[in-house]
Amino acid sequence: MNEKKTNTSSERSILVMDAAAIRRALRRIAHEIVERNPDLQQIVLAGIPSRGNEIARRIADTISAIEKVSVPVGTIDVAMHRDDVGTRTELPVVRASTLPLPLEKRAVIIVDDVLFTGRTVRAAMDAITSFGRPAKIQLAVLIDRGHRELPIRADYVGKNLPTAPDEKVRLRLGEEESTEGVWLVKQ
Amino acid sequence: MTTRWSRKDLLGLRELSVDEINLVLDTADAFKQVGTREIKKVPALRGKTLVNFFVEPSTRTRTSFELAAFRLSADVINISAATSSLSKGETLKDTAKILEANHVDIIVLRHGSAGAAQFLAERVRSSVINAGDGAHEHPTQGLLDTYTIREKKKRIEGLNVAIIGDILFSRVARSNIFALTKLGARVTLVGPSTLLPRDFEKLGVTISYDIDEVLPTADVVNLLRIQHERQRKEYFPGIGEYIKLFGLTKERAKLLKPDCLIMHPGPINRGVEIDSELADGNQSVILDQVTNGLAVRMAVLYLCGGIAA
Repeated sequence: MNEKKTNTSSERSILVMDAAAIRRALRRIAHEIVERNPDLQQIVLAGIPSRGNEIARRIADTISAIEKVSVPVGTIDVAMHRDDVGTRTELPVVRASTLPLPLEKRAVIIVDDVLFTGRTVRAAMDAITSFGRPAKIQLAVLIDRGHRELPIRADYVGKNLPTAPDEKVRLRLGEEESTEGVWLVKQ
Repeated sequence: MTTRWSRKDLLGLRELSVDEINLVLDTADAFKQVGTREIKKVPALRGKTLVNFFVEPSTRTRTSFELAAFRLSADVINISAATSSLSKGETLKDTAKILEANHVDIIVLRHGSAGAAQFLAERVRSSVINAGDGAHEHPTQGLLDTYTIREKKKRIEGLNVAIIGDILFSRVARSNIFALTKLGARVTLVGPSTLLPRDFEKLGVTISYDIDEVLPTADVVNLLRIQHERQRKEYFPGIGEYIKLFGLTKERAKLLKPDCLIMHPGPINRGVEIDSELADGNQSVILDQVTNGLAVRMAVLYLCGGIAA
C-alpha cells in the first residue's frame, strides 16, 4: 500500500481514475448489489486485505445510505490459501479472517481492488467455503485488468481497463481524496 | 508487520530478534482463527512432507506438531527412537541424510542432547525445527507460553513472570527466559539451589530461593515439571520436602494476585509442582497453552517451511 509514484525515465504512469471516478464507480456497484440481491439482510461484504477491506467499507457505507440497512463487512485472508507458497522466495503475511457466521443463507460478496489472473479470488473462495457453505458467492472489483488464468469473472466491475501483461496497475486510496487515484504504469 | 522471515530452521529463541518473535506470535494469531472454522485446514503447505523425528519420547509435542502439519495440509510421518535405525547404530546425521534423500521438507527433532537440532540443521537442506534438545532449548514451548501470556494480559512488557522448579534441567525455562526478557518482562527464577545455579543471573533474570517472597507480586507463575528422568539423587531434596518448599499448594496460592496466571508446560505431576485443584482452577491457563501450542506450531511450520528451499 501507498506505493510511491515513480517517474523514472523507463516508467510512464497514466491516471485512469481520479477520486471522483472511484467514488462514482463504487456508488454504481453499490446500486447494482442492491438491485441483484433482494434480501439485503443476508449479504456480507468480504474484503481481501488490505485495499479490498477499504473498498468493501466504502460500498457498505453507500448501501446503508441508500437502503438504510447496515451490511456486515468481513475480512477474508487469502495468504494461507494460496497455491504457490513453496514456490515463492518471500512469504505472504497471513492474517486472521473474520466473517459473520453461519454463512449458510448468506450471499458473500468478495471485494478486491484489481482483478488480474483470478488466482487470488480462487483462494478467497476456498477460504470462504472453509467457514461454511454460503447460498452464493459474488465478486466485486474496482478494476478488471484482464489476463485471467482461471475461469473466473466479476459480477460487479468499477472499470474495465485493457492492459498489457507487463504493465502495472497502481492504486492509491487514503484519507485525502486529492491523493487518490488509479494509474496504469508502463515499463 | 514488515519483518521478513528468512530462517530455514527454528533452533532456539536466543538468536531471534524481538521483531522475529512478534512475527511468529502475529502469524499464530492468524492461524489460531483457522481452528474455529468448520473446515480446520488450509492448503499453505500442501505437497510438503514433514517428519516428526522424536529420539526422546513425547506425546503432546509430537501430537501438536502432527496436528499443526495436518491443518496446513502437509504430509506427516512419525519416527521414534525405537522404530528408527538409530537403535541399529545409525548416526543421527546418516538418518537425516536418508530423510533428505527421500525429499523430506521439514524435520521436527526431539533429542536428548543439547545442540542436536543445530548439528542437523547445518548438515541438511531441509528445515529443522527444534522440538527440545536436552536441557538446551524448546523454542515452540517458549513461544506458546509467551503467546498465551500476551493473549491473556494483552502485553508482555513490564509483567512479573516467575518460573518455578527444576530450572537447571529445563529447556522450557531457557526458551521462556530468552523470549520473555527480550519482550521486556521481568523474569524471576525460583527453585532449590541445587537446581538453580547463580549462573542464570547472566541471562538477565532475578534468582530467588524463597517462593513465598515471589508469589505476591507475580503476574504469571510458570511451574516446571520435576524431570525425574534427568534427576540424580544429590540434586533433589525428596518429593515431600520439595512440595513443602516450592510446591504451589492451595495454602500458598492465597498469596497470588487474583488475576495471576498459572501455567504449566505439562505433563503435570499433580500434587508435586502444583496442587491438583489449582491445575484445574480458574486461574489456570494450562489448556489454553495446549490450544495455543497448535497455532504457534502452525506459524513456525508456515514460516520455516513455506519459503522455497
